[in-house]
Amino acid sequence: MQLLYFGWVKQRIGIDKETVALPAHVTDVRGLIGWLNARGPKYQDALKNLGSLRVAVNQELTDLDAKLRDGDEVALFPPMTGG
Amino acid sequence: MPTIRVQSEDFDVGAELARLTAGKTNVGGLGCFVGLVRDMAANEKIAAMTLEHYPGMTERAIEKIVAEACARWPLDDVTVIHRYGRLEPGARIVLVATTSSHREACLASVHFLIDWLKTKAPFWKLEDTASGAKWVAAREEDDKAAERWKAG
Repeated sequence: MQLLYFGWVKQRIGIDKETVALPAHVTDVRGLIGWLNARGPKYQDALKNLGSLRVAVNQELTDLDAKLRDGDEVALFPPMTGG
Repeated sequence: MPTIRVQSEDFDVGAELARLTAGKTNVGGLGCFVGLVRDMAANEKIAAMTLEHYPGMTERAIEKIVAEACARWPLDDVTVIHRYGRLEPGARIVLVATTSSHREACLASVHFLIDWLKTKAPFWKLEDTASGAKWVAAREEDDKAAERWKAG
């Protein structure tokens, strides 16, 4: 699974993308975030406030309950500030 | 056919508007919004702003919302150009322009599109200030502005 990070999520984690093999018990975005948090303090710092995280699966904006499949592109980022 | 471009280069507003109406006699109005980089943010002077985006998703998301605008209003054509990269105060960031037979459709659709771009297009602004680089926080007013266009 391809993970992408933007904005301060990217800055705090320290990388803009990575490829991960998800364990079978991770089935949705919420589970993915929990699993990432266990990878260290940088992830915890970036992902601690779920209310200010936005998520896209395969380039479509969705929410924490979105189901995940192997091969998905998942992006985690702050609220958007375009325009 | 809508024009959607996500680019680092500047754009020529006059040329873009001229292109929207070139050779057409059915268009009665052209609505347009141009967003610029301001030199002040939260009482602090900014030297520049860097816009980051999500290549691929950005274009797809804008295409979807342009299609939504075309479904809501009788538009003849739409242009959305959004820049990314480092921009200094005074620089153009975004152009939204629509044409229609009548003014109401173009003015309302331009407002709808820019409100949506502010909160739903995957762009993030990093401001370069005297006290360091700061990510721009999402504003509640912008969310409210986008909310009012919700269908129903």
